[in-house]
Amino acid sequence: MAMSRDEVESLIQEVLEVYPEKAQKNRAKHLSPNDPSLEQSKKCITSNKKSLPGVMTIRGCAYAGSKGVVWGPIKDMIHISHGPVGCGQYSRAGRRNYYIGTTGVNTFVTMNFTSDFQEKDIVFGGDKKLAKLIDEIETLFPLNKGISIQSECPIGLIGDDIEAVAKKKTEEHGKTVVPVRCEGFRGVSQSLGHHIANDAVRDWVLGARDEDNSFAVSDYDVAIIGDYNIGGDAWSSRILLEEMGLRVVAQWSGDGSIAEMELTPKVKLNLVHCYRSMNYISRHMEEKYKIPWMEYNFFGPTKTIESLRKIAAQFDETIQQKCEEVIAKYKPEWEAVVAKFRPRLEGKRVMLYIGGLRPRHVIGAYEDLGMEVVGTGYEFGHNDDYDRTLKEMGDSTLLYDDVTGYEFEEFVKKVKPDLIGSGIKEKYIFQKMGVPFRQMHSWDYSGPYHGFDGFAIFARDMDMTLNNPCWKVLTAPWKKAAAEADVVAASA
Amino acid sequence: MPNVMLRENDKGELTLYVPKKDLEDVISSVEFDTPDAWGGELTLTDGSSFIIDKLPGKPDLPITVRARRGAGA
Repeated sequence: MAMSRDEVESLIQEVLEVYPEKAQKNRAKHLSPNDPSLEQSKKCITSNKKSLPGVMTIRGCAYAGSKGVVWGPIKDMIHISHGPVGCGQYSRAGRRNYYIGTTGVNTFVTMNFTSDFQEKDIVFGGDKKLAKLIDEIETLFPLNKGISIQSECPIGLIGDDIEAVAKKKTEEHGKTVVPVRCEGFRGVSQSLGHHIANDAVRDWVLGARDEDNSFAVSDYDVAIIGDYNIGGDAWSSRILLEEMGLRVVAQWSGDGSIAEMELTPKVKLNLVHCYRSMNYISRHMEEKYKIPWMEYNFFGPTKTIESLRKIAAQFDETIQQKCEEVIAKYKPEWEAVVAKFRPRLEGKRVMLYIGGLRPRHVIGAYEDLGMEVVGTGYEFGHNDDYDRTLKEMGDSTLLYDDVTGYEFEEFVKKVKPDLIGSGIKEKYIFQKMGVPFRQMHSWDYSGPYHGFDGFAIFARDMDMTLNNPCWKVLTAPWKKAAAEADVVAASA
Repeated sequence: MPNVMLRENDKGELTLYVPKKDLEDVISSVEFDTPDAWGGELTLTDGSSFIIDKLPGKPDLPITVRARRGAGA
């Protein structure tokens, strides 16, 4: 059953009641019923603001945005987590950015390189250690194509000059060494880390082949921007574009390489999947190299077909014709998927709380399966993300920005969705409550979900989770005592 | 004096983007829009405005320029 606007508003009021007055005022701005008639989200929801102290937020830090998201998946570079050992080690290989290559020889994504700061490095500065570390990397891993220095908090606090080290080592080894000022304390969430990482790419990598015209260009060159190849996503997108007759020159940054990034200014069109993390570099390339960019959505057949046609419209008739052929070719495949899973999933209600592009992009995929998204929200979205979300969601559905652990739990108790899609920090709470849950950051160790191939896996996964008989036999641990007491009372 | 980027969106409307704030909005009116002068006060659809220096003719978009905040911005 759909909730009316008044019901949603009173639900928000009810949930907010436990907060002190000031906190209530702050959080009220981040929660809103959706109004698809609005053009601009700033009229109903505030976003990209500092999280409230004392509540449980699910956000990450600037280092997470830069090392974990944007730079980390570039496979032939070594990304140094510069600072204490924990930041790098606890985020190592968690995002499942698949890549082709031999780890430790010519690719390094799942490895952790760190300068392992000790007290003496904080007191005397870590630049010497960093220089030594880069020399060691050159000796041990000579096939690396470049190095990025991902700053952790102490680097900014003690004022190390990593730019100077980077410049010196670039000259010495003849390889790109990129200093990234992504200290974790910068900004309110990982979102600023994406921006800083984009700026570092712009300043240190992108212009490398500006004077070099040796790369043979074609009229059909495109780059996939903002696809991190989680579980192989970029690959299942790439094959569709290639079948259409386009040439994918670069993948940013899942299964990407520094050579691909350097060649991106030569392409004809930038295809942006994750707008949140890579619109900055797309805007820069549009201004400097006059490369247009467009957003697309490869989740679910409806949106995929729409996007394929939109992409083809940017090119000539041969591409448009091939695009129709591709669409026709995959039609029986996805129709079979819908025929199999839709009856099992029809009418089920989903609540999402994710980051980046997914809170709006996956809605179409759920709708293709006859499911309804009744609530969505971004961890670190900005106004422009919500602008794009308003139209995708139904009237009076729940929107929540940077939702706190408490609010999310209460919303779930009241809205009673059949499935929740969110991250690992929420997963076990909801599973213990007996609510079916998919971890939608890394597809719950499954994937890919992009493209037609991905949709088949997506549909199977949702069915597998939702219709699993285990949920009915689960009692939350905190309800167990009460349930047992009831049994004792009944038997007495 | 924020840096702003002027560009055309896919509908062909002129937009103003403030990178620092990640705000993008459609420009509803441009104070000077003649062949030999372009710029001045750029009014957004929400009523706020940004003031840029007069440029000699319509620039090649997209372009990053310095702007001053006008009314309501």
